[in-house]
Amino acid sequence: MKINDVILRTISRIVVFIILTFGVYLFLSGHNTPGGGFIGGLVLASAIILLYLSTDLETVQKSLPLDFKYVAALGVFLATSTGFGSIIFGVPFMSQTFAYFDLPIFGVTELTTVTIFEAGVALTVVGVLVTIIFSISEDGG
Amino acid sequence: METLIIMLIGILVAVATYLILSRNIIRIILGTAVFSHAVHLLILTMGGLKQGNVPLLKEANAPYTDALPQALILTAIVISFAVTAFILVLAYRIYQDIGTDDLDELRGAKDE
Amino acid sequence: MNNLIVLPLILPIMVGVVLVFLRPYIKLQRVFSLLTLIVTAGISLLLLNIVRTDGIIRLDFGGWEPPFGILFVADSFAMLLVLTASIVTAICLIYAFSSIGERHEKMYFYPFVLFLVAGVNGSFLTGDLFNLFVCFEVMLLASYVLVTLGGTKRQLREAIKYVVINILASWFFLVALAYLYGTVGTLNMAHISERVAEAGQGPLLTTISILFLIVFSLKAGLLLFFWLPGSYSVPPTAIAALFGALLTKVGIYALFRSFTLIFYHDTLISHTLIGIMAAITLIVGCMGAIAFKDVRLIVSYNVVIAVGFILIGLAVGTETSIAGSIYYVIHDMIAKAMLFLLAGTMIYLTGKSKIDEMSGLIRNYPLFGWMFFLVTCSLAGIPPLSGFVGKILVGQGAIESGSYILLALAFLSSIVVLYSLLRIFLNTIFGETIISLEDEKPMKMGMIIPIVLLGIAMISLGLGAEFISDYVTDAAHTLANPSVYIDAVMGGNK
Repeated sequence: MKINDVILRTISRIVVFIILTFGVYLFLSGHNTPGGGFIGGLVLASAIILLYLSTDLETVQKSLPLDFKYVAALGVFLATSTGFGSIIFGVPFMSQTFAYFDLPIFGVTELTTVTIFEAGVALTVVGVLVTIIFSISEDGG
Repeated sequence: METLIIMLIGILVAVATYLILSRNIIRIILGTAVFSHAVHLLILTMGGLKQGNVPLLKEANAPYTDALPQALILTAIVISFAVTAFILVLAYRIYQDIGTDDLDELRGAKDE
Repeated sequence: MNNLIVLPLILPIMVGVVLVFLRPYIKLQRVFSLLTLIVTAGISLLLLNIVRTDGIIRLDFGGWEPPFGILFVADSFAMLLVLTASIVTAICLIYAFSSIGERHEKMYFYPFVLFLVAGVNGSFLTGDLFNLFVCFEVMLLASYVLVTLGGTKRQLREAIKYVVINILASWFFLVALAYLYGTVGTLNMAHISERVAEAGQGPLLTTISILFLIVFSLKAGLLLFFWLPGSYSVPPTAIAALFGALLTKVGIYALFRSFTLIFYHDTLISHTLIGIMAAITLIVGCMGAIAFKDVRLIVSYNVVIAVGFILIGLAVGTETSIAGSIYYVIHDMIAKAMLFLLAGTMIYLTGKSKIDEMSGLIRNYPLFGWMFFLVTCSLAGIPPLSGFVGKILVGQGAIESGSYILLALAFLSSIVVLYSLLRIFLNTIFGETIISLEDEKPMKMGMIIPIVLLGIAMISLGLGAEFISDYVTDAAHTLANPSVYIDAVMGGNK
């Protein structure tokens, strides 16, 4: 049955950007306030799933030509390799460090190695979630 | 407050047990999902339901709550999410290949 | 602090993830996964020797000192198991190269084997009870995928039961963890042990210990093994061998760790219960091993018997019997992998799985036949093969503490093991051959070599018992004296 989903499509086109922005905000705010890679990743994935709901699988795959399995794998690799980094520097596994840098546009910014780990977590969450949703719905019964 | 939550956990476990004892795979999966919610609540309650700030450096001057149960629950949620997703796909494959969602028909063959 | 300890966990995960990207290049995947396991084995051998000279070492993740952070602890018991697990997995992988088929290899077979190994190694090494849960889940998720890999109807049917049982077991694990956290307020195993010792193991803690007993028994196949024969007999041979060798051993490890380190005060209830459960496991496992005619089922029930036997060592609880159990766990990992590989090869060669449908394999494949004889002798505990030392030590421990019923059951079970395997041997390997020379499938080198390698490992474990006795005595000493472990974890930085 073809349903009339003009409203859904129009709105989701705008809302997707708001959700994506919110996801990035949650991800970046995660260091000293509630937030973080996991929920940031969840929100990012929900934006992609909303796109898929309002259009269809082919459109989403055409506009986002990524194999999300590889996104998840990349995320795990990133997260574990930050742990691996501390082995190279000879400090206990999963140690973190941070420093303040004076960047041109942002001013004094705190950069931490946790952010890399969290980016890995976020990528993993996005990759796994989207892969699961796609693989369940691929041959939609 | 703890008593109330413990009673809620009891109800959830009862519901989940009922669901998991049925023969329908989807009901069993729902049962496992409810089970996991119940145990997350249990972890939270066993850690003690106290009011306080988030345990973050900026808010250090106020009394804060025990962060460990929440970290445990987050991990447990992620794991139960992955397992539930896997078992859903598995149930779907079983429905496609064997054509049933009734566990009685998934018994081992007689000659084995 | 020694960052080497984390490598047996992190190395397989990282290589596994890289292999996901190398999906089309099967040759490369094979080389990488085998190399990873060999390197892991090398690292664990190195760590084993460090532990022997320097005592127990630990690694606090992120520099958070215990009991605040997560940590890995390497003692002789854990390192021996990690070493054996890596070697056995490497040999099973060699078998998989020639038997598993390209379709499986492209369905991420190697990454999931590596994740499985990571979960197993993590469970052995971790010093934190919740971390143990996480490592269990990593291992179980990989095993769910490996059980269903290939997706035949039989596999799907057994997989859903396997998954549901394990979800329930994990649920009980979380419930037990929640109660324990509510009672003692910590999750670091050494710290829990201290707190339990301070407060005394009252009825509440004993109840919690029985919850843990249920959880780990489900994983180990102690009494609650009803799921085991079904799910271990459906996957492809190499995977079944991995499961038979590794998965139950993780449950056994957890039982040993928790009931020697944490809940060792009130042995009257928990250890008696373990003894009763082990006894029933032995009896029922023996019945299963005799009753069935399907080779895979007989072999699966042999796994159950071994679990019962090993846990008798824990139930008796003397240092000698624990040392015997450790010997036997190591022996059993090798022997069970070999037994599963032999059974799978038998089915591959004849295309049949019932023992009365096969006959005379020794005329076509002499080496194969004698390898089966070797594993039979070893599992029955005939000297100088590897099963002997473990059996004799468990028996000695049982005599020391006067547990004569368990002693009798343990040695009767050896006779049943011998009978059930000799039944396979006489029916399928001796007798008139059913395969004519024209129909004879050539034995692949890739299949016989891993079997021979495991055979060599078994003989050298038996003959070289002298060499590893140092490590095993140390491991048993740590298990029998919890204070050694606690001092190493809580005693500040070295």
